[in-house]
Formats: sequence, structure tokens, C-alpha cells
Amino acid sequence: MTTVQDSTKTPSATPSKGSRFTGAVANYLDERTSISGITKELGRKIFPDHWSFMLGEVALYSFIAILLSGTFLTFFFEPTMTQVHYDGSYVPLKGIEMSAAYASSLDISFDIRGGLLMRQVHHWAALLFVAAIGLHMLRVFFNGSFRKPRELNWVIGFTLFILAMAEGFTGYSLPDDLLSGNGLRIIDGMLKGVPLAGTWISYLFFGGEFPGEVIVPRLYSLHILLLPAILVAALGLHLLLMVINKHTQYAAAGRTNENVVGVPIMPNFAAKAGGFFFVVFGVIVLIASFFTINPIWNYGPYDPSPISAGTQPDWYIGFLDGALRLVPPGLEFVLWGHTWSFNILLPMIVIGIFIVLVIIYPFIEAWITGDKREHHITERPRNAPTRTAIGAAGVTFYAVLWAAAGSDIIATHFHLTIEAVTHTLQALLILGPIIAYFVAKRICLALQKKDREIALHGYESGRMIRLPGGQYEEVHRELNDYERWRLVDYIDYKPLMVRPDARGRISPMQRVRAVFSRWFFEDRISPATRAELESGEGHH
Amino acid sequence: MRTHSSTDARRRQAGRRHPLASIALITIGLLSTGGAYALLTTTASADAPAASQASISEGQKIFASNCATCHGMSASGTADGPSLYGVGAASVDFQMGTGRMPLAYQGPQGEQKPPQFTQEQIDAVAMYIASLAPGPGIPDQKWLNGDGNIAKGGEVFRINCAMCHNVAGAGGALTEGKFAPSLSGVEARHVYEAMVTGPQNMPVFNDTNLTPQDKADIISFLKFQQDNASPGGVDLGSLGPVSEGLFIWIFGLGAVIGVTIWITARPN
Amino acid sequence: MAQHDGDDLTAAGTELDTLTHRHVSVGTAVAVPSGAFTNPGTPPDRIRATDLDPRKDKTAERRVGGLFLLSIAASIFAIVAYIIFPIIPGNLSSVRLNNMLLGVGISLALISIGLGSIYWAKNLMKDGEWEEHRHPTRGSEETRAAAVEVFRLGNEESGFGRRTLIRNSLIGALVVSPLPAVVMFRDLAPAADPVALLKKTVWDKNVRLMRDPSNTPIKASDVTLGSVFHVIPETLADSPDFLEEKAKAAVLLMRLKPEDLHVSPERKDWNYQGIIAYSKICTHVGCPVALAEQHTHHLLCPCHQSQFDISHEAKVIFGPAKRPLPQLPITVDAEGYLIARSDFHEPVGPSFWERS
Repeated sequence: MTTVQDSTKTPSATPSKGSRFTGAVANYLDERTSISGITKELGRKIFPDHWSFMLGEVALYSFIAILLSGTFLTFFFEPTMTQVHYDGSYVPLKGIEMSAAYASSLDISFDIRGGLLMRQVHHWAALLFVAAIGLHMLRVFFNGSFRKPRELNWVIGFTLFILAMAEGFTGYSLPDDLLSGNGLRIIDGMLKGVPLAGTWISYLFFGGEFPGEVIVPRLYSLHILLLPAILVAALGLHLLLMVINKHTQYAAAGRTNENVVGVPIMPNFAAKAGGFFFVVFGVIVLIASFFTINPIWNYGPYDPSPISAGTQPDWYIGFLDGALRLVPPGLEFVLWGHTWSFNILLPMIVIGIFIVLVIIYPFIEAWITGDKREHHITERPRNAPTRTAIGAAGVTFYAVLWAAAGSDIIATHFHLTIEAVTHTLQALLILGPIIAYFVAKRICLALQKKDREIALHGYESGRMIRLPGGQYEEVHRELNDYERWRLVDYIDYKPLMVRPDARGRISPMQRVRAVFSRWFFEDRISPATRAELESGEGHH
Repeated sequence: MRTHSSTDARRRQAGRRHPLASIALITIGLLSTGGAYALLTTTASADAPAASQASISEGQKIFASNCATCHGMSASGTADGPSLYGVGAASVDFQMGTGRMPLAYQGPQGEQKPPQFTQEQIDAVAMYIASLAPGPGIPDQKWLNGDGNIAKGGEVFRINCAMCHNVAGAGGALTEGKFAPSLSGVEARHVYEAMVTGPQNMPVFNDTNLTPQDKADIISFLKFQQDNASPGGVDLGSLGPVSEGLFIWIFGLGAVIGVTIWITARPN
Repeated sequence: MAQHDGDDLTAAGTELDTLTHRHVSVGTAVAVPSGAFTNPGTPPDRIRATDLDPRKDKTAERRVGGLFLLSIAASIFAIVAYIIFPIIPGNLSSVRLNNMLLGVGISLALISIGLGSIYWAKNLMKDGEWEEHRHPTRGSEETRAAAVEVFRLGNEESGFGRRTLIRNSLIGALVVSPLPAVVMFRDLAPAADPVALLKKTVWDKNVRLMRDPSNTPIKASDVTLGSVFHVIPETLADSPDFLEEKAKAAVLLMRLKPEDLHVSPERKDWNYQGIIAYSKICTHVGCPVALAEQHTHHLLCPCHQSQFDISHEAKVIFGPAKRPLPQLPITVDAEGYLIARSDFHEPVGPSFWERS
């Protein structure tokens, strides 16, 4: 990187030996790659500096940690289900019959120095990867950063989320221990529940009847080849679009929709982001050194008969497992001579709809608002109350499903009955999002009101004074222009008005849209205006 | 659920269950005090003293003043507690030795707490109950030393025990508020007694189902798990992916976000 | 996209409707003009201590260098730990120590580099904020016209739009070409019909019930009240598809007091003196339903909490499962060992389309 930077610098009057060398290298490279053009274009590109803009970086860096540790693991992992008798150094499994996949996972853990560390780095990093993606998506959603021109990048980002979950699940299944085997057992049951083709899908997927002898090698191909290839490609596209669109920024003095304010890639952002990579990687390794993850040696080899209490998927699959737990009883029918397993289909359908709604949300909102302008200033969540409320409802829905995946642990740890926990979560799955919607909306409106108050009257200083007339009043500290701008710089929308088109007609579609638009924009607090500020002066 | 009856073996003999009493027990307890294994070798009760008439009458006295309210003066059971005929000394030693009996309160199941009696008093009650009708006795020390086949014990444990107690013995949920307790820190003798007597809703694993050697192997496996901390570091309760997920969200992501805030904060 | 125009980006708070006279629509959103606060511009940069005080600057420099040196030391420590804390086979604390010390060295090395770089950027690199102009994402009119021209020329020179025979047959060929690849996936699984396989298990008349994993036969007298046996069929050991068959044949064997048992007339002879055998595979998605409660007679599935009442022929009393666990009809042979009277009378495990 230094080389690149130097290539664009004007050489100092008396170049030192070192800079002559870098100059020569830069020259060599540029004459063969035109790299000076890219450096000129991107080297001083500006990135806004805000902590919440670094969540995507966390995901990226955990992914790099996953790639590095995963490569190490492939050198030792044996992805076959050939049955062997374990002869490694873990006493409680000595002589037990197991698949070569499980035996080699044990060898990585107990007979290869640093093998356990790499396994734990790989798994912790995977959990962090998906968690960081989730948080990054929430940030983008609640900031409205998915609006034009970034709708496509939202879709790509969501695809990455799904790919990450697929990577996670395939990886979870590879060690072929009791936990992963029972996870696959559940997948088998779900596949069989698919109408018409389910039996065959499961049969082809497992290469015969469950569990078969090919599922581990097949998942291994997906896990280390196909899925990472697609993931890397989508990730490249995601970053490329970010560079093309430039990063969004929060409203603040000096920032407009036509500029981007922040620090340049070279050197400040590069140093921070590069340093942050090392910190994220280091934190993952630190966690892996002190905290056990997935102690496969406890679970034993996969065998269809045993199971462990607390059999759960990794956290990111939890919402699917939770949905399977919350299904109302009795939803399986025989119709027209075939078995319809709605106790499996219903969760799949509901979650499918949820996922599709999240993916296409940018397009839904764009249609409702009719807004076709580019937006580069992020909206504070309070300034888009309806969107924030929708988001809160979605998060609650997901969170209830997620909690349901741990219903047995919740029951034992809070001394509740598992039936009560399940019934409560079932009710919350419906009521929770509704409550969250209204609460979030009210909170947004209240915060907007407060912002308005502050913009017009300043902060409460907490100091009371007595006026000559005898009355008491609190002194407010006036905002300066910079502070005020942050509070008033947002767009205030009116609901769409239904207007006849050129032929004097109003289409039904337009009416529907007007209804949605009213719902979306009706409750709003307008930003404070200068006129209000001036007329309010001396009010206190 | 009908909680009651402290041991099933008694129910077996009585031929009827009472709905009630939470006397209960399920295997071994949750919060057992640490270092229980240190006691193992010194446990006097393992080689039970010969049943003398003196200690039987001593046991009867303790029974009459502490247990008879629920189990009846003749230990034949009342509406509040099952008959103890045939439950054996093992059941008494388990129930009283883990503090489950006498019950603190009626709940889904009796929970482990510090024992209310000395080992001598428990032995006396055990002898008294055993004198009423034959039942499982105190296990022989030779099965409790933890020198069995660990790998075999692990295999038998996973098939017969892990579904309730979790593969690492961390415990798990049952229906209607009952739970299988954690096995960590539970004395080998109590583990054995729980298997032969099937306390509360735990099934009985008689000697034709799991031979004494199988039980000794299980005990050895549990001892190995307890004596060896997880090689990967802190085990987060061995609860599986749930605790791992919570950990990464709260501490992993929390730490990283702390760093992002520091990175983007303006220095002074 | 073509009809929207990024050139119409306007500062926040502009009445958009007034812009519609331009050559592209900005959409139908109605933004209310907000009262003319003006953007006050970028606030002045703040001065850092290191900008003012050369000594502080020097301290910061030393700290950064110190962190990088610490990283070198930590990396060396990790290498040393790798060598002097080896794994001793059979000794789990040696694994723990190796994992911990190696990890601490590596993580300290990484974190030090990271903290050093960030500290450097924050305190020593030029501070302040830069501004960069944002261009509309959409290309300029000339660029777009040129792009359209490229396609027009491409179409004209190739005749793609004109020569419909070529175009349509090409599209057809492209659509058909992946089909062989799809067909090739047929051999992901053997030729046998899965439905037939799912409808039978290795249980059969006179097959003995064996303990899992010791594979020893069970006498009826062994199964005392309150016992639970985890059972596999005698013939399982000889099966070439051991795990596949076990995944269907695993059985839970229990004994209830006859008065607790509610038996329907057609299953009168399926139990033997209160000894009953049920499939262990959940009828929801197939986890082993192995959590048996002695007194309540409930079976609980630890995966999704379906509960079955074995005193009532394993009917579902809670949770997502719909069907009862299939019962295995049993009796005893001449030697008193428990045997199956037949296979299950219905497919075991999760439902599938062709099940009924």
C-alpha cells in the first residue's frame, strides 16, 4: 500500500534510498498495470467516520478469519463417512466406532497443536460473521440507507446473509457428531414435509435413506467450494456497489446530499480499517483461546438413537427451529390421498414470506412513498416513524422465533414450565410485533417532538432563575447552528394526494397507493423552521 | 404432574400413586456443593454398618418426627406422600443424602439442598426403611471408584441418560416444570442410587437393564468429565449453541462495537 | 431506471413538485418545504493535544511503536508456546494449555498491530474532515446516449433483432442446454424407490428386541415397572445399512401397570403384560423422542417439545407433532425373550407425501 501511495506523491527534493526504491517499484508496477489511475481515483476517496458504519467491516473481517482458519482445517479434516474405530488420544471415545469425519475432527481438536484453536476460531468467527451481518442490516434498515440508489445492494446484502447462514449450517453438519447429525435429521424431516417432491428431495439430498454415507462429503463440497465462491463473488459486488454509490452519511453541518464528508482512504481510513481488521481477528482468537465452542467430543459420534437435552442449532438457524417449535398442535392432514404436513409447511411458508418481505422492502417503500430521488443522507430512525415501527415489529417477530429455539433452556433457567414458555411465545409471536409497532412509533414521534423543542428552545440547562416579576424559569442553552442543523435536516413528507391522470381518471392502483402513503406519512412531526425559531425567541 | 412420591420404587410396591406430594427427586441435584468427589473415598455409608436393632429403632424415631407427617407413622403412605415399603435403603440415602427429603415445599419436583441430617442419622432411617420390606440397598463401593471403562460408560450414558441430562451432564427440561438436574458435583453413590431407584420421574435402570458394571462405567465417565475441564476453555455451562449464541452477541459483538466507538471517537 | 434522473437531486426540503417540469420525474413523493434553515457548513476542525504539544506527539509515537514491538514479542511468544507446551496424548489439560497460550500469543500479536495502527491514525495522522463531491449515480446524458448507440450498433451489425430465426433458436438452445445437467443429478441417490423403503423397517415377526448398544436380548422379566430400555432389532447388526435401518428401527421399551394402560381393541395383543414398545422417532421431524417420565408416562422430544402419552398409545398431548408414535407389537418367545410380532403397522418417523 505504501508503494501505491508513494507512486502518486511528488518526490521530495532529495529522495532517500528508501523512497527511491518504492518509487522504482511503483514505476515498475504502473508501467505494467496502470495502477496509478486506480490509486488516483480511489486513494483519497472519502469515507464518513461513524461507528455504526463499521459493522459491515466486522462481518468482512470475520469472514477473512473464517477463510484463513478454515483453510487450515481442510488440511486435516477428512470429509468421509467411512466407519472407523477411534484411536486418538481422547479417552472417553477410545475404540468407539465413528465416521472418519468425526474422528478427524477429534484429531484436529486433540492431536494437532493449535488445531483446537483453529476450530474454535473458525466457529466463533462464523457466529460473529452472521451476527455482524445481522446488525449491519439493522443499521442499514433503520437508517433508510437502502433507499435509491442502494436498493440493489440491499438485495445483494441480504443474499450474503442467506449464504452466510447456509455456510454456517453446512459447516455445523460436517463434524458428524450427535448434535450435527440430529440437525440433519431435522432437515431430513423438513424436506420430507414438502408436498409432492419432498420424499425425493430428501432421498436425492442424502443419497438414499437418511443418514446415508454421502451427506458429509456433499456438504463439504458446498461448504468449501460452491458457497464460498458465490459468497466471495456477491461480496465483491456488494463492495463494488458501495464504492460506486459512495457511503451514506448522517445529517450534520456541512453534509449534503451532494457531498461526502469524512476521512480519506489513504492514509487515515486505511490505517483505521486495517487496524480494525487486526483487532477483530485478535478478539476472535482471544475468545477462541478462553471459551469452548461446540465441544464435539462431548456429543459422541452420530447415531440415530441417542439425543442430548438442549439440542439446538447455532444461533442464526435458531429462528427456523423456533418456528418449528411454535407450530400450533394438530396441523397435519391427509387430503386427496396424500399427507400434508402443515406442522412443517406452515413455519416454512411464514418464514419464506417474512424473508421475501425483508428482501423486497426497499421496493415496497419506494412504491408507497413514490420517492424516486437519490438519498445519501441517512435518516435518523425517529424521522421515519412508520419505517422504524415496521422494523421494530419485524425485529420482534424474529426475536420471538429466536427465543423459541431456546424454550427448554428458558424453562429450566427461569424455573418455568416448558408448556407455559411455548404458549407465551406463541401469543407473543402474534401480539409482540403489533405492540412493538405502536410503541416504536410513539417513541419516534416523542423523540421528534423533543428534537423540535430542543431545536427551537435549546437544551434545558437545569439552572433555575427568578425573574424580576417573581416567576421562576429554567435557563435554556441555545443551540449553535451546527447543532441545530443536525436536528432539523430531514425531509418532511405529506401523504400522496390522489390526483386524476391525464385522462381525468383515478386508477384503483393509485387509490391503494394513496391509502398506503397516508398510513406511512400521516403521523409526522415537521422539522422546526427558522420562522418558528424567530417568532419563538423571547417566548421563554 | 403428580409430584410426590419420593421414590418410585415405593410406588411400585404400593400399587397406586398419590397425586401430590412433591417429594421428589429426580436424580441428582442441581446445585450440589463442589468437591463432592473428595468425599467419595471416605463415605462411610458405602459399607453399610450391620443393621443393629439399636440403629433401626433410632431410625424409626427420626422417621416418626421428620417423615411420618407425609409418609405415615408406619411408612405406608398418606395423601401427601407415598408408601416407603420396598423403596430400599438406596432410596432413603439418595433422597435424604442429597437434601431432597424432607421437602422444603411442594413443587414440581423436590430439589437438591444441603442435607438436613448427618450421615449416621440417614443411615439409621435407611436401615429402618429397609427393615420394613426388601429394596435396593446402598451400592457397593467397588462400583463407585470411577475406575470403569470410560468409553463404554460414555456410550451407555449417551443412549440412556443424555436425552434428559444432556451429553455433558448439564441437565435439561422435562414436561410441566420438571427438569433433569445437572450431574456436576453429584456423588458417585447418589448417581448409582438414582439409577437403581428411579427417583421422581426418572426411569429405573435395574441391573438387568444396566448391569452394575455399566453403572460403574457411567460413573467413571462422569468422573472423567468432571475431573477434566473443557480443553477449549470456559465451557459456558455446556448448554450448547444457545449459550454460545448469547455469548457472541453480548460479549463478542459487544467488545467489537466498543472498539468501533473508540475508533471513530475524536481524540481530544 | 432510465426515466429517473439523479441530476434532479435537490437539497433537502425542496418542493419536489416544482421540479417535475424537468425532463425526468422525481417520483410522486410530496416533500414539504421546510423552513429555510441553511446548512451552516462544515464546522472547524478540532485541535488535538498531539497537534499542540510536541511532547504529547512524541509520547503517542512511542506508544504506537511500543504496541508494534509488543506484537512482535507476542508472535514470538506464540511460537515458543507452540513448542514448549505440546499436546501430551491423553492429557486434556495439555490441550487446554496449548490452546490458551498459543491463542493468547496470536491474539495479542494481532490486537497490538490493530490498536497501534488505529492509535496512529487517531492521534498522529492529519486530522480533520475532507469533502468529496457526489455525482449522481446515473451516467451523464452523453454517456447514456453512447451506451445506447453501442447496443444499437451491436444489434444492427449482428442482426440480432432482425434475424428472428437465429435469435429465437439461440434462446431456445440456451434454455434447453442446462437440462442434461439437471437430469444428471438423478444418480445422487440409488435407483430404489424411496417410498417403499420408508414404509418398512428391519423389524419382523420373531425378531428379538435387543439392548442398545450391547446388543443382548431382553427377557420380559427384566423389564420391571418404571424401566425404560433403548432397543434395537436383533437383525440390525447384520444389516448392510446399519445407520439407515437404525434410524427407522430404534424403539423405546417400557413397562406400565396394566391398569394404567389404555389399549384399543385392535391392539389387545400388542403389549406383553404391560410391556410396550414404541418407535423412538418423532412423527414431527424425526428427532429421537427418548425423554421418558416414569410416573406421568409422558415422552418428550427435546428438539421441538412434542409430548406423547404412552399410557394412551402414544397419542400427542402437546407440541407440533400430530400422529402418535407407531407401536411395535411384541410378545415373548419360548425362552422368555421379547420378540416382535411383526413390523410396525405404519411408516415410522416424519410424515412424507406418499405416506398415507
